[in-house]
Amino acid sequence: MAELDKPGGGPNDQPADAVPETPSLTKVEQVDAATDESAIAVIDRPAERGEPILQVRNLVKHFPLTQGIVFKRQVGAVRAVDGVSFDLHQGETLGIVGESGCGKSTVAKLLMKLEEPTSGEIFYKGEDIARLSGRALKAVRRNIQMVFQDPYTSLNPRMTVGDIIGEPFEIHPEVAPKGDRRRKVQEFLETVGLNPEHINRYPHQFSGGQRQRIGIARGLALNPEIIICDEPVSALDVSIQAQVINLMEKLQDEFTLSYLFIAHDLSVVRHISDRIGVMYLGRMAEIGTDRQIYDHPTHPYTQALLSAVPVPDPDVREDRERIILTGDVPSPANPPSGCRFRTRCFKAQDKCAEEEPLLAVPAVFSGSDSPANHESACHFAEEKSVLAG
Amino acid sequence: MTLIDKAADLPAPRSEPDSGPLLEVRDLHVEFRTNEGVAKAVNGVSYSVSAGETLAVLGESGSGKSVTAQTIMGILDIPPGKITKGEILYRGQDLLKMSSEQRRKIRGRKIAMIFQDALSALNPVFSVGYQLGEMYRKHQGASRKEAKARAIELMDRVRIPAAKQRVGDYPHQFSGGMRQRIMIAMAMALEPDLIIADEPTTALDVTVQAQVMELLAELQREYNMGLILITHDMGVVADVSDKIAVMYAGRIVETAPVHELYRRPAHPYTKGLLNSIPRLDQKGQELYVIKGLPPTLTNIPPGCAFQPRCPMAQDVCRTDIPPLYEVKDADDRAMPGRGSACHFWKETLDG
Amino acid sequence: MTDPTAAPTMPAPGTTDGADEQAKSERVASLWSDARRDLVRNPIFLISAVIILGLIVLSVAPQLFTERSPYEKGFCQLSNSMEPPKSGHPFGYDVQGCDVYTRTIYGARNSVIVGILTSAMTSMVGGVLGLIAGLRGGWVDTVLSRITEIFFAIPLMLGGLLFLSMFDTGNVYTVALILMVLGWPSVFRIMRGAVLSNKHNDYVIAARALGAGTWRIATRHVLPNAIAPVIVLSTINLGIYISAEAALSYLGIGVQSPNISWGLMIADAQSRFLNHPHMLLYPSLFLSVTVLAFIMLGDAVRDALDPKLR
Repeated sequence: MAELDKPGGGPNDQPADAVPETPSLTKVEQVDAATDESAIAVIDRPAERGEPILQVRNLVKHFPLTQGIVFKRQVGAVRAVDGVSFDLHQGETLGIVGESGCGKSTVAKLLMKLEEPTSGEIFYKGEDIARLSGRALKAVRRNIQMVFQDPYTSLNPRMTVGDIIGEPFEIHPEVAPKGDRRRKVQEFLETVGLNPEHINRYPHQFSGGQRQRIGIARGLALNPEIIICDEPVSALDVSIQAQVINLMEKLQDEFTLSYLFIAHDLSVVRHISDRIGVMYLGRMAEIGTDRQIYDHPTHPYTQALLSAVPVPDPDVREDRERIILTGDVPSPANPPSGCRFRTRCFKAQDKCAEEEPLLAVPAVFSGSDSPANHESACHFAEEKSVLAG
Repeated sequence: MTLIDKAADLPAPRSEPDSGPLLEVRDLHVEFRTNEGVAKAVNGVSYSVSAGETLAVLGESGSGKSVTAQTIMGILDIPPGKITKGEILYRGQDLLKMSSEQRRKIRGRKIAMIFQDALSALNPVFSVGYQLGEMYRKHQGASRKEAKARAIELMDRVRIPAAKQRVGDYPHQFSGGMRQRIMIAMAMALEPDLIIADEPTTALDVTVQAQVMELLAELQREYNMGLILITHDMGVVADVSDKIAVMYAGRIVETAPVHELYRRPAHPYTKGLLNSIPRLDQKGQELYVIKGLPPTLTNIPPGCAFQPRCPMAQDVCRTDIPPLYEVKDADDRAMPGRGSACHFWKETLDG
Repeated sequence: MTDPTAAPTMPAPGTTDGADEQAKSERVASLWSDARRDLVRNPIFLISAVIILGLIVLSVAPQLFTERSPYEKGFCQLSNSMEPPKSGHPFGYDVQGCDVYTRTIYGARNSVIVGILTSAMTSMVGGVLGLIAGLRGGWVDTVLSRITEIFFAIPLMLGGLLFLSMFDTGNVYTVALILMVLGWPSVFRIMRGAVLSNKHNDYVIAARALGAGTWRIATRHVLPNAIAPVIVLSTINLGIYISAEAALSYLGIGVQSPNISWGLMIADAQSRFLNHPHMLLYPSLFLSVTVLAFIMLGDAVRDALDPKLR
């Protein structure tokens, strides 16, 4: 798959397929907007359900490692994200799972333009937002919002809830006229299941779950199309997690949102996601629908990850096979040659050290009806059922 | 409060402390004095653990599970904490009545603890080998050289690769999983009878989590230790424990052997927790939700603390604090080790 | 689940209701209101606050406490030189035959002005520069930090001596200016540190994700969360600046006659201390109590505001 390195350059190569099971990573619906105005027009047009709203191609982010205080020189780079591609469709939830250091949070920051990508493209409705700035970027921000992991640090402790949820309107005054804002904030409070009368309270007067609702309301305020959720429930207690997940699903239907749902909890990701991408050390190891990934994983890392998840059912755990990986995730500053997973892989052979497996449908499965027919970056991809039940 | 161990273990005669439970907590009450008033963190907790047994204490934040553990270890901050009532029996001797000298001898040597955050639990300015060896130098008067050799041995035992080369490394040079192994090595150093692990794997990734839990279980088998595992993760609990005590608002609401608890919970809170975990067969549906929020510990509701959130609550729940009832099966036979602090445990069990 | 009770329950109404009842009994709390509550309960704060309040009244309206003014003609009568305290003149007279009581009362104004003015100016200069350095980072931060280090290397007294000798007339304003020049680096450091620890917080990132500009991030998100340690430092520094002014005046390069300063009064009185202790005693007492009061206030404010102690 050499084309993967060069995504369809020409505008409007092909219209998007109707919700393909695995997105073809070569086709990109690209619009070349000459001016800010036309870019904004593209960005603000409504998207249709099923259309790929976000297309990420070969996204790379390297953080330079420097030495010296006054005169800094680069001594290496942390390859946090190293060539990641995926599509997100309108109204769908794409789950991204992986262990810490796999680059999933960096992907979120890149999509939010909180970090500049080293290379690669992020097409939002065909417009490469990685190159945008100024007014066009602001228009993108209206449409892509974020929910953070830690509800205790993501809300400014010196601002009232009303100010926090109302801040998006102050930054984007065109969204809501001034006199209307307070009422809108109260509406959003109600939408996320909080009492609208609490508008003048401070974040610390709320519990963790309620704060996360406030964070969600802030993310919703600009009526975005995409919400990037970076571990939105992992800081919450079990009984509260379920409340927030339900709320997010309800809001997705109500506002036709697309979610990029980043998490390390595989059962939560499975519950909420339509498709799932598994990341390892800055690369996508495997991507497919939830059934393909959970029931028919073909990448050994996915298999190990799934088998390591503690199952809350003691009867199941006794008769399931566990793959216990040895060692830790290698440092992203110095990733292994060839396949990045080979140092911990139970299948690794010489080929894995020499040749890097690309993310593609493995030859053995291509063309078959089997759910194993999805993209997996492994030379020796094969099915292995690891989740009992 | 009734003792949960009436059902769980046969109470050992005092004269033979070795045959009874290793550690027994009886009706423990702990309070904290805060600006907002008295926070009742632990309100009559009783549990026990025997040699070779794993007790999982399951609860959400603020349930008092960690405070109980800190009280057992004698590392509770007093003040603001205050133990108002209860006994902690280690081999029949009440730890709370011991002199601080006696307690210090037990702490580390007989009862050791593993913390969630290994980085902050290890001293950053000493090498890992030095910190491990210190246990031997201090407690057993080992020489420097001897201590180092034992430290390497320990690191080998918790399967830290290249222990010999890494013995001089500092905590920050190890990864999270490796640091947690070092914590385990430290706890294991003096071969204690009982290890208390407070969320030992919460900060770790799943694949590393599995490694660490397996190591812990293996060492436990090898040394026939008692293990108290404090966690909020229902999955981890199902994986390793023998029996479970579920805590809510400073009380134990249910105790059961691990299989029974997952199969037929006898308390609405446990049941709600189990139901709110995303399950494969419920894909696309709304998750079951325990409505509302856990109570603030300064203002625990009257009667059953779970009553405002409970779908089964009746008037009696608002007035009477439910004791830990013995749970019986359909034929009215006691189910060993099972207890539920719910007036309607029977209905919950059958429902 | 087959259990009917296990039917999904939407949290919306139930959640808020439960929280409502809880919240009603709860007082409204924020860092500032918590701090206020801690302060009112703290006897050290109460004592220092009363003293400082008294000092402020003294400096704003000295005529309330004495009918005479040290600046009026014939205030000093050489015939009264070094007279001990007597009725109507409780602190006695100094070498020039001026009433020590009246001069001490009027001296408070200069001390308070120097303290407050210097503290305000150092907070402004150090605070703004610290905010810029912390937020902007990069070479701006490097340059500002190096400059700070240079100023840090100058001892306060030595620097004061050096700079003040450049001025012909010493008055409270020149003293305050020089103290500010020498004092801002301490505020800069604290502010920069607080900004650095705050600017990577999730709520700042959240604001950036919304498209907030630098000004908004600085004023709405970073500053309100970084200001507390600066307030603590400035309060403690107040006392230090007052004593520095007295010291400089004592050395003869601070406030100069005919202006009144406790430091000057002490300088005049020191050589005659053995025979006429009253001349030294009262201004020293006022100075000590004032400095102590401000330092106690700073301590109390720190206890109330410092998140590390909470």
